Amino acid sequence: MNRYPLWKNATVLIALVLGLLYTLPNFFGEAPAVQVASVKSTHKVDARLMAQVADALKAASVVPQGIVLDLNSVRVRLADTDTQLKAKDVIEKALNPVAADATYSVALNLVTNSPNWLTGIHALPMYLGLDLRGGVHFLLQVDMKGALTKRLDSIGADLRSLMRDKNIRHGGISREGQSVAIRFREADIRDKARAILADSQPDLLLVDAQEGPDLKLMATLKPQAEKRIQEFAVKQNITTLHNRINELGVAEPVIQQQGADRIVVQLPGVQDTAKAKDILGRTATLEVRMVDDEASANPSIMEQAARGQPPAGTEYYVERGGRGLLVKKQVVLTGERLTDAQPGFDNQTHEAAVHLSLDSAGARIFKDVTRESVGKRMAILLIEKGKGEVVTAPVIRTEIGGGRVQISGRMSTMEANDVALLLRAGSLAAPMEIIEERTIGPSLGADNIKKGFNSTLGGFAAIAVFMMAYYLLFGAVSVLALSANMLLLVALLSLLQATLTLPGIAAIALALGMAIDSNVLINERVREELRNGSTPQAAITAGYERAWATILDSNVTTLIVGVALLIFGSGPVRGFAVVHCLGILTSLFSSVIISRAVVNLIYGRRRKLDSLSIGQIWKPGLSTK
Amino acid sequence: MEFFRIRKDIPFMRHALVFNVISLATFLLAVFFLINKGLHFSIEFTGGTLLEVSYAQAPDLDKLRKQMEADGFTDTQVQNFGSSRDVLIRVPLSKDAETSKVGDRVMASLTKVGAGGTADSPGAVGAPTLKRVEFVGPQVGKELASDGALALLLVVCGIVLYLAMRFEWRFAVSAIIANMHDVVIILGCFALFQWEFSLPVLAAVLAVLGYSVNESVVVFDRVRETFKKKRGMTTPQVLDHAITSTISRTIITHGCTQMMVTSMLIFGGPALHYFALALTIGILFGIYSSVLVASPLVMWMGVSREQFIQVKVEKQEAVV
Repeated sequence: MNRYPLWKNATVLIALVLGLLYTLPNFFGEAPAVQVASVKSTHKVDARLMAQVADALKAASVVPQGIVLDLNSVRVRLADTDTQLKAKDVIEKALNPVAADATYSVALNLVTNSPNWLTGIHALPMYLGLDLRGGVHFLLQVDMKGALTKRLDSIGADLRSLMRDKNIRHGGISREGQSVAIRFREADIRDKARAILADSQPDLLLVDAQEGPDLKLMATLKPQAEKRIQEFAVKQNITTLHNRINELGVAEPVIQQQGADRIVVQLPGVQDTAKAKDILGRTATLEVRMVDDEASANPSIMEQAARGQPPAGTEYYVERGGRGLLVKKQVVLTGERLTDAQPGFDNQTHEAAVHLSLDSAGARIFKDVTRESVGKRMAILLIEKGKGEVVTAPVIRTEIGGGRVQISGRMSTMEANDVALLLRAGSLAAPMEIIEERTIGPSLGADNIKKGFNSTLGGFAAIAVFMMAYYLLFGAVSVLALSANMLLLVALLSLLQATLTLPGIAAIALALGMAIDSNVLINERVREELRNGSTPQAAITAGYERAWATILDSNVTTLIVGVALLIFGSGPVRGFAVVHCLGILTSLFSSVIISRAVVNLIYGRRRKLDSLSIGQIWKPGLSTK
Repeated sequence: MEFFRIRKDIPFMRHALVFNVISLATFLLAVFFLINKGLHFSIEFTGGTLLEVSYAQAPDLDKLRKQMEADGFTDTQVQNFGSSRDVLIRVPLSKDAETSKVGDRVMASLTKVGAGGTADSPGAVGAPTLKRVEFVGPQVGKELASDGALALLLVVCGIVLYLAMRFEWRFAVSAIIANMHDVVIILGCFALFQWEFSLPVLAAVLAVLGYSVNESVVVFDRVRETFKKKRGMTTPQVLDHAITSTISRTIITHGCTQMMVTSMLIFGGPALHYFALALTIGILFGIYSSVLVASPLVMWMGVSREQFIQVKVEKQEAVV
């Protein structure tokens, strides 16, 4: 008898139900929505913001169909595009009272129309690639050599001040290619210098060299230090890009590292490449200035300043936390002098703090300034697009030397993280170059979806008709298995949120075209067993069992190709490979296990079975019509 | 319905030499075209800028070309893409700076033609709408080529290893020879007709490699089974029997896959055209090579019954 044990039937059933559940969201379509995200990493997106958005909409009597809070944005679903535009204006006004100084980005977006319980179990529609939804794609190459030279230049400056501090006479320090050369007159001074350098600069590899009468000490970066600097450069560039792109108000930007030194930026829905490029290439700077404490303490002057008339030589800023203060126009230090900013803790008070590292020139300036202004306040500003924001304005307690600066006080750990990020994100760590750019119009995207869908449907219909005509009931079972295959594949793609591209759709079509092979193998085997005189029940068992070894072998070879493409493929090839691999796995399950379950259901229980509906069996030697 | 009413095993092996000579001739021809004409690589490999624009009315391509030349774009290709209203423009990489801004400059140039409905050329076609821009820098292309070669190598090694493990080294080697020759023939066709070789085509070529190896596997599986079951048959007879008993499955499976691919050719539009074309050639030659080239190769390498006696024990374990 051909019956499945209960657990096998249950597995099939559960797989199909899950498949259906996770495929479902793809049928609901999408509704217009407004997405609110924070532009400044110091402002978090949380339940409070959600309430704020809801209140604003209520006040303007816009009825949202739902407000959802996810990882880093609030999304408001709306009935139609008219209310979407209205809602955007309302939210924009409520959240960003000053248009020029936006705290939140408010973008038009689409959200899935599927009911909340589906979204609750993470059943989301497939994630469409740029070629299907339109947008801009950039591949940026980070100039690693640039990052290293930048770093070596600042090391050179460090060494100069170190030599001065330790009273070592040298004949000049200069960068020569990828190393820093220090010249000496006498060998014993060089030895002394080497000992000091080995102590204070663990990142440097020191080698003796000679050029004419001059003795030289060549300092190069150790490989692990080089690697660290490069990793840092890519990470910082990604952070900077994140901050900048947030301002563009793009709904779901993708900013990822690719390989060791590349960054992929994908902006769905953006068509204006010129603006996008401008924003990607822009630089932001950090400035340290002194606070005019006397004027800031005077309420009448502050009142005037708040109205836009600050005293000469100062500028009015609102500090984080809401208090206004007057900052002198004279710049003490710029972000160029900042080499790193890391969140951490104060050694004595164990308060959250941000540790800044300044280069040697910066350290010297900082030391002088702090010595002269103990007890005064110093403001750290982030300047972008000619506009500044005071990140923090701490009181200077003692003279600070050595280039290690700590900002602490009134900060939570989270805030310290954010400030460190913000300071680091000010500018690009290394220059970048666009090496690949792709813009796809939204109409072309929709067109691609339609074409991909039609090809799959057309092929599927042709195969279904043929299979049912040729193998009758067994053909119908095969078509059922093929539909299950498609269902599971789409469900898996939706569940994994793998990016679906046009080659991906082609891979779905191809996966279906290849998956039918397993069913043909099985059906042919069953026919052959019948031809050789087996009883119907035995033919089913033998047919499935014998075909299995072949099916496995042929699928493994195909899988090898899929994996190779996955490893070495990039862009469109990778999109193809992901679907190809998944398609092989689902086809193994559906064409063997699911089709068998259906066959068992139809024939398995019958004790007296004379024939199978698998089309005519032609036997050599017998005359048939 | 039963398409294949075969009374006796078809003596494929008797004509083995003929098949292989045909095969060799096609292969050499393909190599000749590859060397002589070379592949027409897409800008993904060569680097450069590609724009797809669409007009309200069919534009005069000559006019577009002239304007582009006047604006300093030499060596550009302007052609229709899909319909007469859609135009594809390819600009190769140039040495001078600002390569990433070529797209914007081309658009400016095209807009001049569109808007400039002068007296002697009243056929103003309206301003073009940008559908797609692709810019690929010179660094990317080289990597793609080497990654493609590495992927091919990995596929070949993986398949040979797997088949050698599951079957016998003779099968592995002949399957890979037969199917690499498919790959070369597809490439040869692309070289002969100067069809554009893009990344999706590369994916299709590799997919074909896996697909036709799968074909050989089905036949080899039968060969192994026949060797075990039927005594007293000579090797050519066994091979004939194996091929004959799988031929209906071969034709039906490939027919089904081809239906899907044909549907892609019809409905898939220009974006999937070459992808589907590569698959079509691959499927057609896949049947031929994996059945009629791989099997004789196995025979000439001296496959025999004795090689499967140990395998038999192993296989029973695998089934249980």
